[in-house]
Amino acid sequence: MISPILFWFVAFITVIPALALMFARKPVHIAMAVVLVMVGLAVSYVALKAPFLGVVQIVVYTGAVMMLFLFVLMLVGVDKRESLKETITGQRWIALALALGVGALLITVVSRLSFSVSEEPSEGTPTEVAYWLFGDYVLVVEVLGFLLITSAVGALALTHVPRLFPKRTQAEIQSARVAAGADPVNKAFPGVYARHNALDAPALDPDGNPIEDSVSRVLKVRHQAIDGSEFKDDNKARRRELGAKEDEA
Amino acid sequence: MSPVNFVYLASVLFAIGAATVLLRRNAIIAFMGVELMLNAANLTLVAFARMIGEINGQIMAFFVMVVAAAEVVVGLAIIIAVFRARQSISLDEPSELRG
Amino acid sequence: MLSVTWLLIAVPLASFFVLMLAGRRADAWGHWLGVAASSATAIIGMGAFFEMLGRDAESRSESVHLFTWLSGGDLHVDAGLLVDQLSLTFVMLIAVVGTLIHVYSVAYMETDPNRRMFFAYLNLFIAAMMLLVLADSFLLLFVGWEGVGLASYLLIGFWNHKPEYATAANKAFVVNRIGDVGLIIAMGLMFAHFGSVSFADVLGGVDGASTAALTAIGLMLLVAATGKSAQFPLQSWLGDAMAGPTPVSALIHAATMVTAGVYLIVRAGAIYEAADDARVVVAIVGAITLILGAIIGSAKDDIKKALAASTMSQIGYMMLAAGLGPIGYVFAIFHLVTHGFFKAGMFLGAGSVMHGMSDQTDMRRYGALRTAMVTTWITFGLGWLAILGVPPFSGFWSKDKIIEAAFVGEGWQPWVFGFTALIGAGMTAFYMSRLFFMTFHGKARWTDEQHPHESPLMMTVPMMILAAGSAFLGLFLAVGNRFQHWLEPVTGAHGEQEPVLAVPVLTTLTLLLVAAGVALAYWMYWRNDVPTVAPPPSLMALAARNDMFQDSVNRAVFQIPGTHLTRTLVYADAALVDGAVNKQATGVAAFGEASRRFQSGKVRSYAMLMLLGFLVLASIIVVGG
Repeated sequence: MISPILFWFVAFITVIPALALMFARKPVHIAMAVVLVMVGLAVSYVALKAPFLGVVQIVVYTGAVMMLFLFVLMLVGVDKRESLKETITGQRWIALALALGVGALLITVVSRLSFSVSEEPSEGTPTEVAYWLFGDYVLVVEVLGFLLITSAVGALALTHVPRLFPKRTQAEIQSARVAAGADPVNKAFPGVYARHNALDAPALDPDGNPIEDSVSRVLKVRHQAIDGSEFKDDNKARRRELGAKEDEA
Repeated sequence: MSPVNFVYLASVLFAIGAATVLLRRNAIIAFMGVELMLNAANLTLVAFARMIGEINGQIMAFFVMVVAAAEVVVGLAIIIAVFRARQSISLDEPSELRG
Repeated sequence: MLSVTWLLIAVPLASFFVLMLAGRRADAWGHWLGVAASSATAIIGMGAFFEMLGRDAESRSESVHLFTWLSGGDLHVDAGLLVDQLSLTFVMLIAVVGTLIHVYSVAYMETDPNRRMFFAYLNLFIAAMMLLVLADSFLLLFVGWEGVGLASYLLIGFWNHKPEYATAANKAFVVNRIGDVGLIIAMGLMFAHFGSVSFADVLGGVDGASTAALTAIGLMLLVAATGKSAQFPLQSWLGDAMAGPTPVSALIHAATMVTAGVYLIVRAGAIYEAADDARVVVAIVGAITLILGAIIGSAKDDIKKALAASTMSQIGYMMLAAGLGPIGYVFAIFHLVTHGFFKAGMFLGAGSVMHGMSDQTDMRRYGALRTAMVTTWITFGLGWLAILGVPPFSGFWSKDKIIEAAFVGEGWQPWVFGFTALIGAGMTAFYMSRLFFMTFHGKARWTDEQHPHESPLMMTVPMMILAAGSAFLGLFLAVGNRFQHWLEPVTGAHGEQEPVLAVPVLTTLTLLLVAAGVALAYWMYWRNDVPTVAPPPSLMALAARNDMFQDSVNRAVFQIPGTHLTRTLVYADAALVDGAVNKQATGVAAFGEASRRFQSGKVRSYAMLMLLGFLVLASIIVVGG
């Protein structure tokens, strides 16, 4: 069924990096080792006629989960060197013994199995998986959706940092501006005449004199600003032309 | 080779993951051990699915993956929150529940 | 009249309550109320007696049902009275002698400020004793039994401002209690075997019960009787009970209460007839006590204590008679009645002597009172002759019949019991004569300030009546065997059996021994001078002076081991029971302290424990299959 070379290859690239988990010192090395383990597992999934699952393994685990791990490692401090010295007495040896025990127990249980390997297994193609996922297990899928939303919101809630300073309001910005000497009121707009409302003509104050600040400084520097006097009386002339009486103009 | 060898492989990976959780002081690395244990379980599920010939094992493994992903999200968020409070991610330091 | 016999109990009881509750206001007339209550009881008793005399022999017994007392489950006890010949005999004795002593006490207790309470207690005693003899079930009898024990305690300790008197009352009560346990166990056995404790059921159902059960019941009843009647081995309280006023000694510890044990044995006669071993034990106890009392009485210098020893011995005679079976029941009761008269008379005489000698009780300080107190001398002398068994006085008729009955039977019993009774008669003669001569004859050994004088009429008249009874009652009852015929329906008839020694031989032997005793006492205590200080005793005399060391035995065998046992139990309770509970608590706490060490607060330790737990469980499942 499965080629022995493939199996032993997979075995090597999963077990050896897994041992790095126990013995390596830099966390990033460990993360990379785990990526390798995940890839190895993806290979074995494909070999076991679960191609969809193999791809999902790569995408989810190596692509998302391990990246998450790396991000957090970077947040926490990526250059830390882990000390391998054990602080709790006896922890190391008991832990190793227990791990060996667990492994031995599992292998014993499995070795006692009597089974027959099916010759015609179902292929784990996306279609096939989809058929089952959204057929018999659709309720589980929905629940998993809830779960994912919950975990995302939970992560947000857990990592929420409260504001260090209160937010600067617009009133504060405005006060600071005025305190620095700015005009509290807007400058006047350029003049709007009957036959000319471009930016280059100044506005007139109530006495009929032009306001200097209403024209952009840039235009003045470029000598593109005009005097607005030629348009001053245009209103009266134009209205006369249009037939209004003298005193009404 | 029969797929049952993958189950043996999964047992070994499970043991290594368990040892990691017990041995490493860094919280993130211990967490990675947990992930390794979950993956070992997944491998077992898929191998048995292959042996039995049904696809249900793969579906179950898919669900496990989803749940593991959600769990990683929340777990890492917790680690970050603890880090913000204590400036340390050593598993030995928080012992306020000592009785 | 027979149907209102409950009045015999109610009247004195009501008087008791009135006297007790009336308080100091009743001090002026309280004693007369007590006398009136006792007299009323005597009149009612005599009325009942004459009514019963008018009936035929077969129909004399009457049951009066009072009320249903206990009714629960299997136990059903009715309170009722059984008025038959035996109970009425006792009723007459108690009422007549009791009334005479009530009258005597008016004068004797004249100077005592608590005289009213004295009469209250006397009435309580009369009520309780009436209940005892009239009850129709063992349980109701027990109520009366306890009542007389209480009255005895109250009366012995009447002058309890003296600690030794209070102690004497306690001692009497405690020893009585030991006997009571026997009665309780007997009632329990009766209930178990007969399903009832009434006389009719128990005594009527004797045929259906096993001998072992009947023997057990008989022995337990004997224990009760020995306690109440001061028989061996529970006789130690009677001597100390003389701490009470002399009328108390006369009424309770001579005539009535101490005879309640004999009443019990005779009433339960059917049980003893069916259980031969128990019956023999009764006779043996009586025989032992008979001799014991005589020995003790020969060495006592206190007149009341000597009379108490005499009582013990005479009741031994009654027990011996009761233990002989149907032959002896009648004579036991006969002797009980005559003894009631002459012993009460002698006690009242002793009280009169003490009254005249300023409450001196040491006989070594008496002597030659014959001329100073003539009436007392005559009445006491008649009682003395009666107890000796000199014909034709009362004691001859009753005691000689007991000696004859003791010689009836087969095997070793008639010889042992008979000779014991015979020798006892001789010893009785000796020590009673010793008492009489030391008190009334010989040379005067009075101390200087004593001026003996005769007692007032209110004291001497009861003494005279009792002396008359001592003299003639026995003859009256023996004529034509009328007392025997009177009691026969209750005690059962006995066949005519001959004693192993012929009757005339026995009578002669008895009289010879009596004469020898009197002669010896005459020689020692009349002709020769009596030393005013007791001479150094021989071993036997030393033992007799110390009540045959019964108190020491009690202390060594029961009291001290009992105290040790109690202390050990208390200590064991504290150490083991309390200790176990406390150690459990501290153990749990220590276990908790040890378990604390697992809670290190470290995540990895917890993880290790979880993995360990998983491994263990999984292994169990895998290995266990």
